[in-house]
Amino acid sequence: MRNRFANAFYELGKNDPRLCIVVADISPAGSIAKFRTDFPARFINTGVAEQVMIGMAAGMAQRGLRPFAYTIATFALYRPFEMVRDDLCYQNLPVTVVGIGGGVTYSTLGATHHAQEDISIASSIPGLTVIAPCDPAETEAATRWCAVQEQGPVYLRLGKAGEPDLSKEAPEPWAFGKLRLLRSGRDVCILSYGPIMKKAFEVADRFAALGQSAAIVSVHTLKPLDRAGLGAILKQFPRVVVIEECAPNGSLAGRVKELAWEVQATCRLDAFTLRDAFIHCYGSHEDLLAAHGLATQEICAKLGLG
Amino acid sequence: MDAGNGRTRSGALRNSFDPVAARRRCQAYRRRILEISQQVSALHVAPAFSCTEITDVLFNGVMRRRSDGSFDDVFLMSKGHGCVIQYVILEQFGLLSKRDLDLYCTPDGRLGAHPDFGTPGIAASTGSLGHGLGIAAGQAYAEKLKASDVTVYCVLSDGEFQEGSTWEAMMMAGNLQLGNLVGLMDNNDFSGLERMSEGHRAFYPLVAKAQAFGWDAVEVDGHDGQAIFHAIAERGGRRPLLIVCKTVKGKGVSYMENAPIWHYRSPNAQEYRQGLEEIDGSEG
Repeated sequence: MRNRFANAFYELGKNDPRLCIVVADISPAGSIAKFRTDFPARFINTGVAEQVMIGMAAGMAQRGLRPFAYTIATFALYRPFEMVRDDLCYQNLPVTVVGIGGGVTYSTLGATHHAQEDISIASSIPGLTVIAPCDPAETEAATRWCAVQEQGPVYLRLGKAGEPDLSKEAPEPWAFGKLRLLRSGRDVCILSYGPIMKKAFEVADRFAALGQSAAIVSVHTLKPLDRAGLGAILKQFPRVVVIEECAPNGSLAGRVKELAWEVQATCRLDAFTLRDAFIHCYGSHEDLLAAHGLATQEICAKLGLG
Repeated sequence: MDAGNGRTRSGALRNSFDPVAARRRCQAYRRRILEISQQVSALHVAPAFSCTEITDVLFNGVMRRRSDGSFDDVFLMSKGHGCVIQYVILEQFGLLSKRDLDLYCTPDGRLGAHPDFGTPGIAASTGSLGHGLGIAAGQAYAEKLKASDVTVYCVLSDGEFQEGSTWEAMMMAGNLQLGNLVGLMDNNDFSGLERMSEGHRAFYPLVAKAQAFGWDAVEVDGHDGQAIFHAIAERGGRRPLLIVCKTVKGKGVSYMENAPIWHYRSPNAQEYRQGLEEIDGSEG
């Protein structure tokens, strides 16, 4: 995802001199390094100083540039939180804050590096658009959208590197603010976003093995949420499952449950999120998800899929 | 071509600033602020009086205007609680109306006790301290990238130099050699609770700190518009400049001077009359 973002940004930046990237001491991956070489004045490294990363991005946007602020998700959103809120959102500036390694991607680094509640926090700020693509292709589509949109600030939550392409066979293209069907199905609908989407496919396959056809939907735009689309799913499917890599308070799971009440849905609804806890566990990304109760086997067991 | 306010179109400052006219203007601004204070229960009078001359010299002596009345250069009030002085000056220039000021802090108006980006003449929404200099650095960098001759002037409180974010911005502005950025610190020595010089001794020295962060820095009498004018006119322009303006909080009204309660209080009728008399009686 990181590399696809970098490639897309480089291509866009080549043609749009307003595009700048402000990083806070994160090593520029792939094409971002190339962007730095080719356009040194439009690459700014504030060092280990995230408040000025966001503050400068705000000032640059006010004077006609289109900055992307880019660092590890926790440092992009939590450390300079008030700058994101006041400088970007209160002033409604078209700045994209790119958070790398959302959720518990940085699985060996401990909770200081886990943006495990970033979607909830970002979604709670008025005016902040929140996008979390599920794979490199969605990352590229979202980056292209962010580079030209005029409506205001965006939190773009990415994974790290090496994520599989999950949306190749999707019957629908990526469109901002719209649910995206990745796989059609009849009996169950699985809602997910971000790299944990691969578990949605694993769970869907298990449903299929038991003779049930499961649709998979990418809820890549968390804010504004496609309420109409979600409402229709809640009415249409007898069973809906949410799988997400975010703590439960204020995340997609809770919002889908609210919506289910509003549309008087009668479907069975199961939600799987990170735990509302800091866990002191180190290992692979998969190990961390398992420690949060999100091992595919455990999800399937809770869904009654043996 | 003379832009009509002390600076030529080419960007060079005229070597003159009329201190007598400036004193008269500042008298009128203080009077107008006291007038506004009678419309509302609370107003940051003293913080505005502290930076009256600083704001005056920038608007009336330094920044270049376009024919539509707006300014080419940027004025960013980082100490948002002092913004009523900016409002009365924007009123003088016709960028805000008398009605705007009459409706100050009311739901029918558009002016609050802190400046809001989108209001004419307002460069950033401030109020939370420690945000302005980072934004100003971004603005200055953008102008540098565009190879424009715009200068960004950022007025800061001394208190917000206690924020780490201000020092992040100091370091970045120094790194980027933002010669088109001028910071003016309203150094009245008061934070909300106490004098810096008593409660936070390590806050000083200031000029040396700024220099160590890659800035040019000077200290001037912050109520002497001419001194501020000269500090700006004589700046090197290769590095950002911090002007440490030594000021008196509540300057111009004796009972407000250096009295913490006036950070946020509006004078009653009798205090209002006395304030007006003192301002009118001052050397102008």
